[in-house]
Amino acid sequence: MAGSGKAHMRPDGDRILEINDLTVEFNLGRGKVVKAVSGISLDLIRGETLAIVGESGCGKSTLGKAILQLPKPTSGSVNFLSKELTTMNKHDLREMRPAMQMIFQDPISSLDPRLPVSEVLAEPLRVWNRGNEVEINEKIDELLRAANLDPAVVRDRRSYEFSGGQCQRISIARALALDPTMIICDEPVSALDVSVQAQILNLLQDMKDRYGLTLIFISHDLAVVKAVSTRVMVMYLGKVCEVAPPDDVYLRTRHHYTKALVGSVPIPDPDRKISAGLMQGEPPSTIDPPSGCRFRTRCPAATEQCASEEPQLREVAVGHFVACHHPLEA
Amino acid sequence: MSKVLEVTDLSITFDTPRGNLRAVNDATITLDQGESIGVVGESGSGKTVLSRAIMGLLPGTATRSGSIKYMGKEISDLPEKELRELWGTGMAMIFQDPMTTLNPVRRIGAQLTESLTVRLKLSKKEAHEQAIELLRRVRIADPEGMMRKFPYQLSGGMRQRIMIAIAVSCKPELLFADEPTTALDVTVQAQVLELLSELRKEFNMAMILVTHDLGVVAGHTDKIAVMYAGDVVEMAPTRELFKNMKMPYTEALLKSIPRLETPTGTRLPVIEGRLPDPTKNEPGCPFANRCPYVADKCRAEKPPLKDTGTGHLYRCWFPIGGEK
Repeated sequence: MAGSGKAHMRPDGDRILEINDLTVEFNLGRGKVVKAVSGISLDLIRGETLAIVGESGCGKSTLGKAILQLPKPTSGSVNFLSKELTTMNKHDLREMRPAMQMIFQDPISSLDPRLPVSEVLAEPLRVWNRGNEVEINEKIDELLRAANLDPAVVRDRRSYEFSGGQCQRISIARALALDPTMIICDEPVSALDVSVQAQILNLLQDMKDRYGLTLIFISHDLAVVKAVSTRVMVMYLGKVCEVAPPDDVYLRTRHHYTKALVGSVPIPDPDRKISAGLMQGEPPSTIDPPSGCRFRTRCPAATEQCASEEPQLREVAVGHFVACHHPLEA
Repeated sequence: MSKVLEVTDLSITFDTPRGNLRAVNDATITLDQGESIGVVGESGSGKTVLSRAIMGLLPGTATRSGSIKYMGKEISDLPEKELRELWGTGMAMIFQDPMTTLNPVRRIGAQLTESLTVRLKLSKKEAHEQAIELLRRVRIADPEGMMRKFPYQLSGGMRQRIMIAIAVSCKPELLFADEPTTALDVTVQAQVLELLSELRKEFNMAMILVTHDLGVVAGHTDKIAVMYAGDVVEMAPTRELFKNMKMPYTEALLKSIPRLETPTGTRLPVIEGRLPDPTKNEPGCPFANRCPYVADKCRAEKPPLKDTGTGHLYRCWFPIGGEK
C-alpha cells in the first residue's frame, strides 16, 4: 500500500475478530509522532490463519499487540467475539484475556527462568481457577504431550535447560492452557534453526486442527507463512499493500512491494539467485511517512498520482485485494 | 592459485563439568585466494567453533589438535601478540548480532577509523577519507552524516553494513561471516548477501560463510561444507552438492526449508530427534538415530570421509544415489 480501505472485509463470514480503522501512534515529544499503524481494517473468520507479513518497522507486531490492547490503540475499533475491546474497562478486558493468547519471538526470554516447566503451565490454570491441583496436573501433562514433550522428562526442568525449539514448544503449550479462541503468533520461528522451524510450524498446524484455533501469524518471511496460512496480508509502513490467499500472493503477485518480498526469499538452488535488486535502501521514517502511497519512494512504478492520492484496497480477483494505482499484471 | 587457508585434521574439545565435549572432529578444509565456502549445520554442529578456532578466538577451556595454515604459515601455535597482527589485515570477522557488536557509546566514525589508524597507520585525515569511501562502498546514502551517528540510531541492516565496512577496511585476505544475516529481515538479508559477494570479488577475498540455512549459501559460495555433530559430513562444490547430494543429512536439511512452492497446509518434512550428546563417544554414525536410510552397519561403525575424486567428499555407508 500502502493504502487504506475495507474492500477486503467479509461481513457475511463467521467473524471472531473485526478491526476497523485501527491506528497506533507513539508520541515521542517535541511534536514527533511515530505512526506505527495507520488506519488498518481486517477481519478474522473462525478457523482461518491470517498471516501478517512485512519488514521490521512495518507495524506488524504493533498491530498484533494493539489487538490485545497492549497498549490500547490510539483510535479505531477492535471487536473480538462480538465485544468491543477498546472501550472495555480493565476488569471486563481481563475476563477476555484467556480467549486471546500470544506466542512471542524469543522463546527463551518469554519463559521465567526460575520456574520449572510444570509451574510455567500451572500458573495460568491456577489464576483462572481451572480445577483442583489433581486436575491441573493432568492438564499440564496433556498440554506437554500435545506439544510433543515427555512430561516425565521435562516437568521439573527450567527453561535454561532447553533448546530454543523446546522452549517454543513450552510457550505453545502455555498459550493453549486456557483453551483460547485465538492465538497471535509473533514471529514464532524467526529465532530458530531451519530444521527446528519446520517442527514448530507443523506443531502449530496440529494444534490448530486439534483445538479448533484461529491464528494470526506475524512474520517477515513469506516462505514460512506460505506453509501455514489461509490468508496473507502484506504490510508496509503501517499500511496494507495486498490481501490474498497464499497462492495468489506468490503466483499472481499484484503489488510491487510484495514482489520484492517474494524475490528476497533465499532459494536453495545455486542456479537461481535471490534478487536483492528488487528492493534497495531502507524504509522511510514512520515519523514522517511519504504522502499518498507510502511505498512510492522505493517503488519502480511510482508516478505523481502515487504522491498525491492514497491508493485504496480494491478487489482484482476473487478474494485478492491490492492497494496500488499501478498494480502488476496478473 | 595460492592457498589462503589450509586446515588439516583440526579437532577441538572443551573441558566441561560433564566431561570432554567434542565440538569439532578432524576437520580438513582448504581455501584458495578469493574462494568462498559455506559452512552449514544446525545449532550445536560445531560450525561456529570451527571458524573461531581458525581465527584463534577459542576460550581457555578448549583443547586443539591439528594444523591451521594461513598463507602457508602455521598459525595454530602463534602467541596472541603475533596473531593480533593478522586480525583485521589478514583475517577479519563479521558476527551474527549487529546490535551488540558495535560499541554503543562511540560514534560510527571513531569505530570505523580505529583499525585504519592502528593497523594501516593512516593519518587521521586519511583514515577519515578512507572511512567515507568505505561507507559509500557499503551503500550508505549519507556517509558524512553516518560518521557522526551512534549505533542506536541505526537499523539492524545499517549496523550490519557498518560491521562489513569495518571488517573489510584493512582489505583482509580471509573474511569470516558467522550467520551475518540471521538477525535480519529477508529483504535486508538479500541486500547484505549481495553486498558481501560484490566486495569479495572486488577485493579478491576468500570468505567463510557460516549459516544454518542452505538457501543462504546456495547463490553466494563456491563450495559448501555441511557439518553435523562436529564432523564435516559432506563437502562439495556448490553446484555439485545441490545436484548430486550424497549425505542423507544434507538432503534432510534441504527438505526442511520452507519454500514458496510448498502447497499451503502441507506438513513440512522435519528431521526427527536431536543431535547426539557431544560428551559421549558412541560408536557408529552420529546421524544414525535420525536417518531415514539407517542400517545395522551405521549403528556399529562410523563411516570414514570418502572422496569421490571430484572434490566431492561425504561420510556415509549408504550414500544417496549409491557409490560412484
